[in-house]
Amino acid sequence: MRYGKASLLQKASSAALAGLSRAVTGVRPIWAGVKPNGPQRIYFANHASHGDFILVSTCLNPAERCRTAAVAGADYWKADAVRRFIAERLLRTVLVERNWVERTADPLAVMLAALDAGESLIFFPEGTRNMTEEPLLRFRSGLYNLAAARPDVELVPCWIENMSRVLPKGALLPVPLLCRVVFGEPVRLEAGEDRKVFLDRARAALLALAPRKDGNHP
Amino acid sequence: MSDDTTRLFLGLVAVLTTASLVAGVLSWRSTRPLPATLDNLNARIKAWWIMVAGISAAFLFGPGGVILLFAFVSFAALREYVTLTNTRNADRWTLLGMFLIVIPVQYYLIWIDWYGLYSIFVPVYCFLAMPALTALRGDTSRFLERVSEQQWGIMLSVYCISHVPALVTLPIPGNEGRGLLLIAFLIATVQGSDVLQYIFGKLFGRHKVAPNISPSKTWEGLIGGIASASLLGAGLYWLTPFSPLEAGVLAGLACIMGFFGGLVASAIKRDRGVKDWGHMIEGHGGMLDRADSLVFAAPVFFHIVRYAWT
Repeated sequence: MRYGKASLLQKASSAALAGLSRAVTGVRPIWAGVKPNGPQRIYFANHASHGDFILVSTCLNPAERCRTAAVAGADYWKADAVRRFIAERLLRTVLVERNWVERTADPLAVMLAALDAGESLIFFPEGTRNMTEEPLLRFRSGLYNLAAARPDVELVPCWIENMSRVLPKGALLPVPLLCRVVFGEPVRLEAGEDRKVFLDRARAALLALAPRKDGNHP
Repeated sequence: MSDDTTRLFLGLVAVLTTASLVAGVLSWRSTRPLPATLDNLNARIKAWWIMVAGISAAFLFGPGGVILLFAFVSFAALREYVTLTNTRNADRWTLLGMFLIVIPVQYYLIWIDWYGLYSIFVPVYCFLAMPALTALRGDTSRFLERVSEQQWGIMLSVYCISHVPALVTLPIPGNEGRGLLLIAFLIATVQGSDVLQYIFGKLFGRHKVAPNISPSKTWEGLIGGIASASLLGAGLYWLTPFSPLEAGVLAGLACIMGFFGGLVASAIKRDRGVKDWGHMIEGHGGMLDRADSLVFAAPVFFHIVRYAWT
């Protein structure tokens, strides 16, 4: 897979997807802790729907969108030819193998290669779609490994609101509902910080962006 | 018709230009940064220019354009409404049906002028079909609440609003080919009443009508706004088949209904803990923030005119 350059097809399909997701969700980015333009980033977000990464990428300006790829599970997206075409040709994705018994490439190496090619990443640190009643699952170690390996890349928490109601697991057609993506203040890995402490802190930073019970944004 | 349309259009442009000039002078003489009220006023006026341009463009395409415009208003309003309701996975088919079937069918029935069906399609057929569909999915958790919220949403955002373009289908003797102007009359007086209530409220507002629901609705704003909007309606009688007195009374009734629409919408927002329905219209909030008065005014205006003039 080539990184760093979006093909014409990818540019066209990402613009079309952004238009579609705006038409359905009227998505509004809220830049609460960070400016839209910035250095290379890892956007880490809560995950409950296939629409999630489309929503985040819709919120980015076109230049940033063209250099941003979503990290997705190879086991799902390489399962058949249609998905493979969508993931590899239409969308900008970095496919990682989640099943560590059978995998041929180390997920961390694949993601670092993308970062080194100048890509920003959309990353779901829960590792899978959250199907529970909990707002956010425990984070897997991926985020820590990325932060430790590339300390200069900004880690931006993004809270995705309502997308799981628009397009829940197994649904084909989206129900039009208003969505928001709240971009919070970047999280930094402190020198010598313990893996678990960092992951808990990053998770808390993401949860803090969730709307309160009264529906208002903090 | 074309003369009256041009007069109306030029009148609107004149009003908006005046508003922009006044707001411009106020902003110029104000301290920096601008106070929030003035900032919001500027955003509202700018949004009005865009809305007037959009509505005018729809009118250029005739009844079809206006029907499409209000189908879009229904879509945006319903989307804002459903976002604030309790939905569960079992509601998906009902919700999709509301967007993909009910809205197109309701506006198509208005397009083909089938009064007998578009007046009962939502309150009879959808009223029964929607809970049946939800029940078939088997999830009984908060069933009554979910079903009621869906009914309300479809009545407010689709059925009631669709009575604005439905005005064009009324066969009023002597008013052939002037149905669009009747729509323009309703929109201008009801929206004008919102603006006038806002102005009277800001200038003279002291006594709140319903302090628990909305701090911005005052008796001074209500009375001043509706009285002046009735005069505005009387002054616009040339758009309608009514005499000036009739036009003033009908405008007054529509504006009182519009006030209740705004009040009910505020109560729902207060219940759900949000300030605005959405953010589609800069300075105003969402589509329902702008359309809530029309939701209540349109069906009542429609049926009074239908009863007394056809």
